Amino acid sequence: MELLTWSGAMGGFLNPILLVAVVAFALAFAANFVLTLAGIQPGEMQINPDHTLTLQRTPSDYALMAMKYAVLLAVACCCAYVIGGLVMPSADARGIIGGMASRLLPVWIGLVVVFAVSITFKRRLGLYGKLFDSPIGMVGFALVMFWVFAALFADMVATHGAIDVFSQMRNEVPGSPVPVAREDAYPYYLLGGDNLGRDVFSRMIYGARDVLQITPVATLFAFMVGVTLGLPAGYFGGKLDTSITFIANLALAFPVILLFFLLVTPEIVAAGIPQYMSLVLFIFPIVFFVVLFNSRFHTQPMKRNLFVAITLVVGGISYLSLISDASNQDLPLIFRLWPEALDLFDVPGNILIVFVSVVFVNSPTVFRIVRGIVLDIKTRDYVAAGQTRGEGPWYIMLWEILPNARGPLIVDFCLRIGYTTILLGTLGFFGLGVSPESPDWGSTINEGRRLLTIYPHPAIPPALALMSLVLGLNLLADGLREESLKD
Amino acid sequence: MGLFILRRIGVMILTALCMTFVVFFLTNLYPKLETLAKTQGNARMTDAQVASWIERNGYSGPMILRYGQWLGVVPGWTRVDAETGDLTGRCIERTATAEEALNAPTFCGVFQGDLGYSTVSDDEVSSVIGGRLLLTLKLMAWAFGVMVPSALVVGVLAGMREGSRLDRSLSTFSIASTATPEYVSGVIFIVLFASSTSGISPWLAEMGWIDGRTLFLGSARSAMEDITFWNFTLPVMTIALYGMGYIARMTRASMAEVMTAQYIRTARLKGVSFRNIVLKHALRNALIAPFTVIMLQFPWLLTGVVIVETLFNYNGFGWTLVQAASNNDIELLLACSIVAVLVVLITQLISDIGYVFLNPRIRIS
Repeated sequence: MELLTWSGAMGGFLNPILLVAVVAFALAFAANFVLTLAGIQPGEMQINPDHTLTLQRTPSDYALMAMKYAVLLAVACCCAYVIGGLVMPSADARGIIGGMASRLLPVWIGLVVVFAVSITFKRRLGLYGKLFDSPIGMVGFALVMFWVFAALFADMVATHGAIDVFSQMRNEVPGSPVPVAREDAYPYYLLGGDNLGRDVFSRMIYGARDVLQITPVATLFAFMVGVTLGLPAGYFGGKLDTSITFIANLALAFPVILLFFLLVTPEIVAAGIPQYMSLVLFIFPIVFFVVLFNSRFHTQPMKRNLFVAITLVVGGISYLSLISDASNQDLPLIFRLWPEALDLFDVPGNILIVFVSVVFVNSPTVFRIVRGIVLDIKTRDYVAAGQTRGEGPWYIMLWEILPNARGPLIVDFCLRIGYTTILLGTLGFFGLGVSPESPDWGSTINEGRRLLTIYPHPAIPPALALMSLVLGLNLLADGLREESLKD
Repeated sequence: MGLFILRRIGVMILTALCMTFVVFFLTNLYPKLETLAKTQGNARMTDAQVASWIERNGYSGPMILRYGQWLGVVPGWTRVDAETGDLTGRCIERTATAEEALNAPTFCGVFQGDLGYSTVSDDEVSSVIGGRLLLTLKLMAWAFGVMVPSALVVGVLAGMREGSRLDRSLSTFSIASTATPEYVSGVIFIVLFASSTSGISPWLAEMGWIDGRTLFLGSARSAMEDITFWNFTLPVMTIALYGMGYIARMTRASMAEVMTAQYIRTARLKGVSFRNIVLKHALRNALIAPFTVIMLQFPWLLTGVVIVETLFNYNGFGWTLVQAASNNDIELLLACSIVAVLVVLITQLISDIGYVFLNPRIRIS
């Protein structure tokens, strides 16, 4: 079998068009730049004496128009590559891009469904629906959902396993055919092979799953910790505020990279430090929910008891299962007290330490944001009204202040998932990641960078993947901020 | 004002003590010492041998006392060997004679300027770290020199006409740059500009526009002796790009806020030209807020420096930190962390004080 080309049978027709679009865009951009420097402004609307409007077109307008159509043409070309990949019969004709597009079919379907449903019902969906009024927010949402669906359907999308090795495929260029050793295997390495002979494309897709399993959850935990501490610190002030703020500043002043190098090492895991840290950090979600329900249903003891009991049982069992591991004899005694039979799951030490350190790095910042918002909101009239009504402090914090702080918090949540993704990548880049075999993007970039100048293809796909996910999250946050400010 | 600075410095010293203790605690945990014993002594030591090695080399005893010794406020440990009668101790050089050993100082720690001994480089930590810091300082200076002016220009241009096309494209650029961490942009830059098989270098070489095989060099090793455009552009650009977006966005926000202020409208109505409004009226006030942000970028830059030095093989401070951490070189790692912690705290202090000086509204109240 022969090497696949990037664009397959469509290339002869589409590549020149794409080239024309790109060249046209570059020329128009340069022209626009020169015209702006020369002081030629885009034409402005003029009102004539007879109440008609005249719009004069200047050269600058034509340059802008050319840019717009060039972008549209390029986007159309990209769509054609994807659609072509879906309809072309053979792998040869599809090429690499078409091949990837056809493997990503479940992702396209998911995206189309989500967008169709959301746009149809956007007026009834609150802030989420408003997102579809902002083009930037929509682009960001599409990028994020692309990776979410890729992670969900990773088994259908990926062409090979994340750690399947074909030793002949070491450092092979994109589109190389696989030796026909196994009949059921996909016949090509779409994005080439890495230095051990694993498929780069599949590892990138499975990497999305690894990354998206950890980052949103870690961010959520960081938020729980930050909110649970930030609300009372901002609301009560005084000594409590001073001491928590000092600790938060202490954690913030630690250079992230130093903390990672100190925490994420085998010796630290052996000393049980991740267990101690999770002992402290993971108690906050339980405290948060108990206080949340307790303050809400304080006047209805039956309901209150029910909710608090459910939280305590569910939260308590998962908390104890998470921190304790009776089978691991190296751990200190307190982590081995919980009986094995009730231990629902064990998190391996190295995943736990990655998780805990990411939570630990993020929560002080969340704390500061929450505290700042609370300091602002607590001077509002509705808080004073609540106090006059005799509402308890925790009710005011959790049910009056927190819902009104949701806008900035949601925006920061999106940004923070992106930042957490970058942190996780940093860990992987230094080989401190989840596990050496793991396909997560940071580790893959780290493996690929050693032979970067000779074989660039293994490092580039995970790098672009990470960038596009973080970019999507940042754009999404920007769109959300814009739309929530319009309220 | 004096009281404010004094209080800030007091808090800073307290923070520095807490942080160095945390670092000391984490680097001196028993499993770490065990690894150290096995690398220094013999990889196949038994547990008893490891324990005796740790005892012999002064790593036993309460953590807080050892921290005091390291700081130099508690007398350094001394020990007389039961068999040979030799005197060993924290403050005694390994090659010292018996007489020198007796006259060794009682205290030797950070306060006395003794940072200890690097087990991997086989040299005093202070002599290892000095040269490395100088290299990193050069890298940081270049990165800052590129990053701050370009970020300010982008931010001011975007913020002066909020919502315009220029604003939207520059804002998108800044968002994209904050989404590109150093290890992504570095990899992309190397592939695009420093690879002889891909990117634009082969094409440029074919056209005869560049002398060497690549446009830029993908390794900054040669920049340690002699910085040239060829070997230092990519590391500097990589660091500058990630930090730039953030400063630019802060500048933009600050500029946009200033442009809606009353006095700008007054200037406009007086007929001042737009160029003069931006340059003479708005710019100075718009740059107060970014000042804090720029100062607080230093700690972030530290992470960037570690990544870039690893990626481009530049043996500066960040590279040393990575080596110390991965080789379990305890004293060197501690020294690195002092430097890192000091950088963070001093920049915080400068940004606090500088903000008060720059913003007269805070000084009065």
